Amino acid sequence: MSQTNSPPATSGRRRLMLMARPRATKANILVGLLALLLGFAMATQVHQNQSLELASLPQSDLVTILDSTTLLSARLDQNARELQATRDQLVNGNTSAAAAVSAAKQRLDTLAILAGTAGAHGPGIQMTITDPGGKVTPPVLLDAIEELRDAGAEAIQVDTVRIVASSFFTQGASEIMIDGHSTLQPYTILAIGNPATMFSAMQIPGGLSENVSQLGATITIVQKTDLTVGALHPLVAPRYARPVSATP
Amino acid sequence: MIPALGLLIGLAAGLLLHPAVPLVWQPYLPIAVIAALDAVFGGVRAVMDGIFNDKVFVVSFLSNVVVAAFIVFLGDQLGVGSQLSTGVVVVLGIRIFSNVASIRRHVFNA
Repeated sequence: MSQTNSPPATSGRRRLMLMARPRATKANILVGLLALLLGFAMATQVHQNQSLELASLPQSDLVTILDSTTLLSARLDQNARELQATRDQLVNGNTSAAAAVSAAKQRLDTLAILAGTAGAHGPGIQMTITDPGGKVTPPVLLDAIEELRDAGAEAIQVDTVRIVASSFFTQGASEIMIDGHSTLQPYTILAIGNPATMFSAMQIPGGLSENVSQLGATITIVQKTDLTVGALHPLVAPRYARPVSATP
Repeated sequence: MIPALGLLIGLAAGLLLHPAVPLVWQPYLPIAVIAALDAVFGGVRAVMDGIFNDKVFVVSFLSNVVVAAFIVFLGDQLGVGSQLSTGVVVVLGIRIFSNVASIRRHVFNA
C-alpha cells in the first residue's frame, strides 16, 4: 500500500482518514461544536450580506455615498433647471415666431391687394358705362377711378384690368386703353369698398353720373354684398427704386 | 467526521433560520468567520502533518476569532476600521492559501 516515492503524502492522507473516524471524545465533540458555530456564522453572514446592502457598510462609506448622491442630485437639479429654461425659451420663441408669421402674412395680404397681385372679394359696387357716342375720354374714366378711391375703394378693376397706383389711361385709335390694354364697351368697373358710400359718391351733383350723362352715355350702378375683383396686375420688379432699409 | 457533520448542520441551520445579526456584531462577524476558516484550514493541515492537537485547535480557533474581532474593534475606535479589516482579511487570506497549498501537497503529491 505504501508508495516508495512519496511516503509523507500517503501518511498525511492516512492520518486524515484516521482522524475522520467518528470518535466520541470530549475534544472531538468540542471541535464539532466549533465547526457547527462556524457554519452557522458563515450562512448567517452570507444571508446578512445579501439582505442588507447599505446597512452593513461602515460610516465612512455611507458618508461618501451620501455625498456623491447629494452631488449627483444637485447636478441633476441644475440640469433640470437648464432644460426647463430652454424649454420655456423654445415655447416663447415658438409663439412669438408664430405671431410674427401671422403679422407678416396679414401685411402681405394687404400689400398684395394694394399692389393688385392678389384677387380680392368683398362688398362693393358694379358700374356699367355704355357709351355709344364714344364721348367718354380717358380723363373721365380716370376721374371715376379717383372718385372711387376718394370714396374708399380698396380694389378696383376696369374690364379685365386691375387698377393699381401705376395704372394709366390713354386714348387708343377708337377705344380707351388702360395700362396698354384696350378696353371694350361697355366699360365695367368693379370696386370693393363700402357700397353705400361709393354709390352716393358716384351720384352726387357734379359727380361721375352727371358727367357721363351729359356726355350722352348711360351709367348703371349696382350695389353688391359680395363681388370678386379677380384681375391681377403683373408684378414688375422696380428697375431703379430700392427700398430703404428700415433698420439703420 | 463529527466536525464536518457539525459544519454542515451549522450551514443548514443558518440557511433555514435566517437569524438577524445584532447591530453591534455586524462589523465583526465577517472577520470572525474568516479567522475561523483560517483556524479550520490550519487544523486540517496539522492533521495531515501529524501534529494535530485537539486543545491547540480549540484554542487557536477561539483566539483567532477573538483577536480578529478585537483588531476590527480597535480599528473602528481609531477610525481606521475599514483599512484594518482589509489588512486582517489579507493576512488571513494569505495564511489560508498557504495552509491549502500544504494540504494540496499532501493530497495530490504536488
